[in-house]
Amino acid sequence: MSTRLAKGGRLTDRSKQIGFTFNGKRFTGFAGDTLASALLANDQMLLGRSFKYHRPRGVVASGAEEPNALVGLGQGARFEPDQRATTTELFDGLVADSQNHWPSLEFDVGEVNAKLARFLPAGFYYKTFLWPRAFWKHLYEPVIRRSAGLGKAPHPEVRDIDRYEHFHAHVDLLIVGGGVAGLQAAKAAGAAGAQVLLIEQGAHWGGRAPVDGGTIDGMAAADWVARTVAELETMENVRLRLRCMGAGVYDHGYVLGYERVTDHKPGAHGPRHRLWRIRCKQIVAATGAIERPLSFAGNDVPGVMLASALRDYVVNYGVSAGDRTVVVTNNDDAYRTAIVLKKAGLAVPVILDARPLGGGALMEEARALGIRVEPGRGIAKVLGGKRVTGVATCLQAGEGSVLEEIPCDAVAMSGGWSPVVHLWSHCGGKLAWDAENAVFRPDPTRAPTGADGAPFLGTAGAASGAFHLSDTLADAEKAAVAAAEALGHAATAAPPQAEAASEAALLPVWLMPQGARAELRMKAFLDYQNDVKVSDVQLAAREGYESVEHTKRYTTLGMATDQGKLSNINGLAVLSDALGTPVPQVGTTTFRPPYTPISFGAIAGEARGEIFQPLRRTPMQDLHESNHAAWEPVGQWRRPYCYPHPGEAKRDAVNREINATRQSLGILDASTLGKILVKGPDAGRFLDMMYTNMMSTLPVGKCRYGLMCNENGFLMDDGVVVRLSEDSWLCHTTSGGADHVHAHMEDWLQCEWWDWKVFTANLTEQYAQIAVVGPNARNLLETLGGMDVSKEALPFMTWAEGALAGTPARVYRISFSGELSYEIAVPANRGRAFWGKLLEAGRAWDITPYGTEALHVMRAEKGFIMIGDESDGTVIPQDLGLSWAISKKKADFLGKRAQERTDMARDDRWQLVGLETLDGSVLPDGAYAIAPGRNANGQRNTQGRVTSTYYSPTLKKGIAMGLVRHGPDRMGEVLGFTAEEQDHTDDKPTLVEARIVSPVFYDPEGEKQNV
Amino acid sequence: MSDVMAPLDGARFDGLVTVEALPAQGQITLRCEVSDDYRAKLSGLLGLAFPEPRKAVSDGDRALLWMSPDELLLLLPYDEVPEMLARLEETFPNWILLAVDVSDARAHFRLSGAPLRDVLSKLVPADMAPGAFVPGDVKRSKLAQVAAGIWLRGPEEAQLFCFRSVADYAFRVLATAAEPGGEVGFHGT
Repeated sequence: MSTRLAKGGRLTDRSKQIGFTFNGKRFTGFAGDTLASALLANDQMLLGRSFKYHRPRGVVASGAEEPNALVGLGQGARFEPDQRATTTELFDGLVADSQNHWPSLEFDVGEVNAKLARFLPAGFYYKTFLWPRAFWKHLYEPVIRRSAGLGKAPHPEVRDIDRYEHFHAHVDLLIVGGGVAGLQAAKAAGAAGAQVLLIEQGAHWGGRAPVDGGTIDGMAAADWVARTVAELETMENVRLRLRCMGAGVYDHGYVLGYERVTDHKPGAHGPRHRLWRIRCKQIVAATGAIERPLSFAGNDVPGVMLASALRDYVVNYGVSAGDRTVVVTNNDDAYRTAIVLKKAGLAVPVILDARPLGGGALMEEARALGIRVEPGRGIAKVLGGKRVTGVATCLQAGEGSVLEEIPCDAVAMSGGWSPVVHLWSHCGGKLAWDAENAVFRPDPTRAPTGADGAPFLGTAGAASGAFHLSDTLADAEKAAVAAAEALGHAATAAPPQAEAASEAALLPVWLMPQGARAELRMKAFLDYQNDVKVSDVQLAAREGYESVEHTKRYTTLGMATDQGKLSNINGLAVLSDALGTPVPQVGTTTFRPPYTPISFGAIAGEARGEIFQPLRRTPMQDLHESNHAAWEPVGQWRRPYCYPHPGEAKRDAVNREINATRQSLGILDASTLGKILVKGPDAGRFLDMMYTNMMSTLPVGKCRYGLMCNENGFLMDDGVVVRLSEDSWLCHTTSGGADHVHAHMEDWLQCEWWDWKVFTANLTEQYAQIAVVGPNARNLLETLGGMDVSKEALPFMTWAEGALAGTPARVYRISFSGELSYEIAVPANRGRAFWGKLLEAGRAWDITPYGTEALHVMRAEKGFIMIGDESDGTVIPQDLGLSWAISKKKADFLGKRAQERTDMARDDRWQLVGLETLDGSVLPDGAYAIAPGRNANGQRNTQGRVTSTYYSPTLKKGIAMGLVRHGPDRMGEVLGFTAEEQDHTDDKPTLVEARIVSPVFYDPEGEKQNV
Repeated sequence: MSDVMAPLDGARFDGLVTVEALPAQGQITLRCEVSDDYRAKLSGLLGLAFPEPRKAVSDGDRALLWMSPDELLLLLPYDEVPEMLARLEETFPNWILLAVDVSDARAHFRLSGAPLRDVLSKLVPADMAPGAFVPGDVKRSKLAQVAAGIWLRGPEEAQLFCFRSVADYAFRVLATAAEPGGEVGFHGT
């Protein structure tokens, strides 16, 4: 059984007990434990079930590479699935649950899948569930979805109660990884004068060195680490950050760091995670290496662990995985585990060394401790189901005939080490195959390069493939010097003296034994999390999968949350063997960020709840709020849709607002309309290019409705243009279009007509703008007093400046409703007060604030188009009966040439008409007018569509606008439009009949607005 | 003057830093191609030096902020704007110059406190480090999801401005970033 040893535990504090629960059972650990070490200390070896076969699985690793020990962590508003027990720091009250089991962890029904394993080979989804087709949706998919998968998603109604944030940091040099290589690199680059940020994903500095031993500058590794950290802390130009992972490297030296600020003390003040958005000039990835498993039958039984992890648990946490541990290896490093175990008083029955001649100095040391070493041997299979009970040994060179059965509680395996090349690869760094160490390591001649073509990222230490301590520090020094020099600092390499036992060469072992029979290969797991075995990859190769990327997707190798950290190299080596293609030619799959999964909360940062996105507010917004407005989003604005009275339906409120406005007086908050000032000697010429109609000839004091097209000829925006003075115009835009139109203008001015003398300024927010509409509009303004707003002084489509009721104001005599109407712009800071004055003075006429829906209906009653309704990016002004607003005189304007193209000029484009249902009902929005026959795809032909449709309280019936082929020539014709409800099996569509009429439903002569 | 209501006027949050919404601020946008003549005339009129790129110059309640190669922002008391516009007109007759009142278009906040740079770095992608952003500097950048300008007025004080419609958003994100417990300790405090 796994247990806590009597002493030991470099990182734990035995004076501080910590209580936690796993699957409802109460356990105790120590401060400094990880959840994995605390569970092992309590003999909880079985931690979950595998994805596909529901095989029992336990801890394999001790760090970020862990594929098995995933738990659901926390409860309720702090529940999170798929958390790695190996990187979860233990805290008081921690609650964890195992995943992917039913009904219980110990007894799992899905385990029957394992019995059926021979029927569930690679790609079985693709092969098995093809027929009958209907079964997929209703039977196969639901069952597969229930039995597969890892953790469960948090409850949809529960909200994460923690907060998250971003942090933007700019540094010269970012060093990722706080092992001895990262520390040495920081020290060297810091000493050279670089601004350094050193981040480490774990809670401790020093990485593996304190466990693996060796001396640096005559000191034990742990002492050197402590001294170096203390030294770095005194350097002003070096910053250190624990619990902060380098998640991804992107173009231009942009790096994402993932800091777990309070994961180890939930509920503490402050954000839970902080996403570091780091812009740096140089990066050193000192990301270390990950040990590889060996592929032998039963290598997934709980108790089979990476050799390095076993010694981590003993040295760091004082926890043993079992009394008797068999070590199986193809290299010298695993002997360190045997030596550590033996020195801790534990039994190592045998070291199985796949190399025919065994290892070097470390083997001699192990033998001297009395450990039996068997060179040339391997594991035929692991004995035991829910945990290891022993191993059957065999010759590595053979097919798996059992030589001996050796009882044991744990197996420490090592297939060598792979450099963590993820960050190197994220931004295009290439790898080279190092046959001697059987690893892909960064190829320094093909580094990730920046905009200047020079490398911006280097690796240091084990991440470069410099595994031996003496090489590690020298390599780190070299990387730091290169980075410092690239930053313009003078630096010379002076690495510390490091010593560690010499190591004999490793023997690549991709399958154990090398000639393993089929039944062994079917139990030799490559990818633990996705249950991919050696036999699956071999099958894929036999079926013709040659590309490693295709094999990955077909077998799901490396596609789980661990992204193949343990399985990648083993899997592609098996593929290479099966294809008879050398490993470097097979290559690796693509390394993509993040290095390990990061929380959605960290990505969202502060953007949640009320600050999920900016909500723009007009100066009168809080008055609308207190007036119980119902809201409509318009861009990032929230505009009042209508103002329902208590108990009043929105529909009724809209009708009331329209009737009140048409009969007496309404006011609208139009502050959101874009207002762009265009000024300069070339402003008229510029606006003639921007708008389809002529703006340069507009007299001072007048207003003109204008259309703006993009260079493809499509209608982009509309609005009233006002001539303010000889050299300045004010362009009104749609509410949603203001920023875009301003950017569009600046784009043309800065990139194309940079020599034109024109300046623009976006004044949208300078003014509160209020439309005063209705037969009593003039009466109201005259009551306020201060300006002559009579028909004679201020005729339709003119403007005047002055003061109304003591408020400085610009009054535009324009109308979008067909009524007598003024739009009044006042300084935004006075908008709130001015709105109040209007309401006060307007009481005599029962003044009624109206919202966007009333605005839309009144526009539609007049046949005025709406950008976004009648236009959708494919509509040109000519489609909308707006040819009158397209200048024939101008030599050019944006869109002119495009509108001459064949498709734009053809005479059967759908064109704007009014539509009236025969029964007075409201046509469905977006409904199509059916035409006889069917197209090549068997779909019904169409001849038009509804673009906006409303109930008109003025006319007391449904009115609509639409685009219809040859529409204006077909007045009076009745078309069939698709009804809201359709019977999908019926060949005969349900239609609503509507007659083509003029789009101007109300006051076609314009008598009302022109009084 | 009682009619005048600056966005969020008087709102205040005390956290890692203090965030205060400032009262109505007179603001004039000036766009003009920069020439020696322009520099001299403008400085003469305002009694302020012409700001270097990405800098502000100030004296009392007036300041001139560099906004882009052809744009300046003049800050002055709210009530003095109409007169100043008239004097600009007199000083630059027939010039190709845009001078327009934007006093009501933007909201201003004062941020003060030792961890100022850390709080800003949570929301602003630009470099807030002491070596990259010194008192007297103006940065036009983003504050979370909206455009904002930041004028560093002292080692621990900044004036931040954004469009008035997003003043509420700006205040909330600043208050969130300044919430106690969120200390970062990156910029040395």
